[in-house]
Amino acid sequence: MDEFLTLSLPPMLIAALAAMACALPGNFLLLSRRAMLGDAISHVVLPGIVAAYLLSGSGSGLVMGAGALGAAGIAALLIEAVTRRSGMEPGAAMAVVFTAMFAGGVVLLETTGASGVHLDVEHALYGNLESLIWLGAPPPELLRLTLITLGLGLALALVWRPLVLCTFDPVFARSMGIPTGLVQSGLTAATALAAVAAFQAVGSILTIAMLICPAAAARLLTRSLPAQIAASLGFAVTAAFVGYGLAGYVPLWLGLPFTLSASGMIATVAGLLLGGAALVASHRGAPGL
Amino acid sequence: MQSRAPIVLEARGITLRYGEVLALDQAEASIPAASMTAIVGPNGAGKSSFLKSVLGLEPATGTVRAFGLPVAQALPRIAYVPQRAAVDWGFPVRVIDVVLMGTYRQTGLLGRASAPIRARAEAALDRVGMADFASRQIGALSGGQQQRVFLARALAQGADLYLLDEPFAGVDAATEAAIIDVLKALRDGGATVVAVHHDLATVDSYFDRVLLLNRRTLAEGAVRTTFTRANLALAYGPALHLDSAA
Amino acid sequence: MTLADIGRALALQAGYNAALVSLGAALLGAAAGAAGTFLTLRRRALMSDAMAHATLPGIGLAFLVMAAAGGEGRFLPGLMLGAALTAGLGLWAVQRLARQIHEDAATGAVLASFYGAGIVILTLIQGLGVGRPAGLETVLLGSTAGMLRADAIVIGLGGALVASALWALRRPLAMVAFDPLHAQMMGINPRRMDAILMALVLAVVLVGLNVTGLILIVALLVTPAVTARLWSGTVQGVALRAALIGAGCGYGGAAVSAGVPDLPTGPVIVLLATAAFALSLVLRTRAHG
Repeated sequence: MDEFLTLSLPPMLIAALAAMACALPGNFLLLSRRAMLGDAISHVVLPGIVAAYLLSGSGSGLVMGAGALGAAGIAALLIEAVTRRSGMEPGAAMAVVFTAMFAGGVVLLETTGASGVHLDVEHALYGNLESLIWLGAPPPELLRLTLITLGLGLALALVWRPLVLCTFDPVFARSMGIPTGLVQSGLTAATALAAVAAFQAVGSILTIAMLICPAAAARLLTRSLPAQIAASLGFAVTAAFVGYGLAGYVPLWLGLPFTLSASGMIATVAGLLLGGAALVASHRGAPGL
Repeated sequence: MQSRAPIVLEARGITLRYGEVLALDQAEASIPAASMTAIVGPNGAGKSSFLKSVLGLEPATGTVRAFGLPVAQALPRIAYVPQRAAVDWGFPVRVIDVVLMGTYRQTGLLGRASAPIRARAEAALDRVGMADFASRQIGALSGGQQQRVFLARALAQGADLYLLDEPFAGVDAATEAAIIDVLKALRDGGATVVAVHHDLATVDSYFDRVLLLNRRTLAEGAVRTTFTRANLALAYGPALHLDSAA
Repeated sequence: MTLADIGRALALQAGYNAALVSLGAALLGAAAGAAGTFLTLRRRALMSDAMAHATLPGIGLAFLVMAAAGGEGRFLPGLMLGAALTAGLGLWAVQRLARQIHEDAATGAVLASFYGAGIVILTLIQGLGVGRPAGLETVLLGSTAGMLRADAIVIGLGGALVASALWALRRPLAMVAFDPLHAQMMGINPRRMDAILMALVLAVVLVGLNVTGLILIVALLVTPAVTARLWSGTVQGVALRAALIGAGCGYGGAAVSAGVPDLPTGPVIVLLATAAFALSLVLRTRAHG
């Protein structure tokens, strides 16, 4: 029992909080058809963190978070600029920008002493969920993620009406005097914040699963936006708990003396939840309804 | 006289659903040879969908026969001119490359465009007044010029039945006149023309037949007998006022 | 010292093996550039990213199967077969989900959850301690360091096959990308052409796994193609230039990474390609205003 409280509960809570933090902006990315922006942003968290460390020499969470946010902003601006200047498809512009920044991050990490910040390529790719245990004090990530998730929830409540309008009909929103550009940038920033927060727990690529899967599954099964957001939070927590449980306990039940990657399992479960939701929705939508 | 011409295109019971929306409901058409038919109807009436469904480009149900054959077998004799907005005009091709796409059935998978086929493409460009633009990038063309290139691609195919989707949408007056001249020349040469058309004021002077569509076919026949106030009210509702309608 | 090493590798003087690897990477780059041209013209750039990430569970499963059968598990054709199977499954999943949610969201969801499943399987392999898994994670970011002569030949042959298939099908592929409805009127089956294109892209992804790694192969497909697009106005011209740019980046990247042992190959190739893109964007779009 004690072992559960110190070793399993903190990472489970962190995973659940990270998933919820991502699901909140994920809902609006999905509705405004910018889901792949989440992909791009979660890739550029790594170069942001590495650059922040190299520039400041500080490994504090605040500095690295700022670096990641800056990188996300730069990536969003670059994607916009490349798309406008070359007239190419946004997906291709995104691919060019985020692969370049990610590659830059990897090269910086491998060629400089940035590995001193407990950062390495492997953690950037897999996440480091299992190490976030309660050692005398709660892991700092727990408090940080709690604050970020609550903050995102609060921000969402505050800008709810303009955000919904901008997502649903940006042209109409602009005619109503809503600064749609500002709202879009705010959504990008919220996504970046959630991605930075989740990065530590699940790694950059699995963050994408958190941004997209719960929101998409919820979208398929609900008909109103509040219901969709509530359902996405439910799916996020479910994926985190079930994924963590499967990764930690299934090998033990099978008598194997090791655990599987919790972050990988959480992403897998999130994908399976989405697949299940798609099946349920297509049965519901069958002719006759 | 027209009614005695053989029917080159016969569509029956065309029904098309997008999810829960019924886009076409038992629509039909019966097009005689060497005629020019305008498909008219309000926005959202399913005019473009009807053209595509007839060609088998939409998952519609119903039967279509062209030149006495199931439509899939008659496709080599049919040219389709989609809406200009349907393609990406930033695509890296030159004007002549687009026109040569109309000759794909002759050149085939691996073949190169031979000199006669190239000459045919150039002649098609000439017919729409675009001969000087052959090696221009399509992205550098005006809307009217783009529409002419699309028409030239259809001409290069050398078809007997031309289906055009809004060929006059967003084009300049000179282009509109040039296109209608080409279409009338095609009809006079024995080909059949069907076009989705928006401008009710020009139906009378451009076309000899009209098909009124609003998800289903409301009326079809010669402009003189079919393009009437009563029929238009059926399609557009009673509020429509139009002086050129008989 | 490393500069001299890079120079030697560029001049094919770094030994027989390094020369072979550089040539193999150049051929891969050429094939990727050409395939990427048609991929980006068809606006499916990010689909290849999902496909590449979806190879990971297949690689892991194939390794497990081969190790269970008594082998050492690192038999390249076997790994590629496994990779092809799950990449195909991932592609199917994207298309199935795209019927219900936006294609971007479907792409991101499949990318992340298949990748997550792959990470789980990699941890399973590590835990079981079967076969010789050391270095299996180089498929993430690529490494030409341990590449054998046979691998280089597979890459070269695969690249040549892809390039010749693209050359033969360039007209129908271009017609489907420009105007699929008209292509269908001309007797071309757009679905079949798309399937062939995806199969060719998959072939590039598979042979590219060892060179750029699965996370960054999308850049080798997309970046040279969009760079070449800035220099040519015909499909053939774009494809040929993209192949040249890809070949140059593959060659240079392999040589640099041969000279700097810690540097993974993929990021270096990507940074070279990005430099070419940035330069072209500045030169070409200013000239046109």
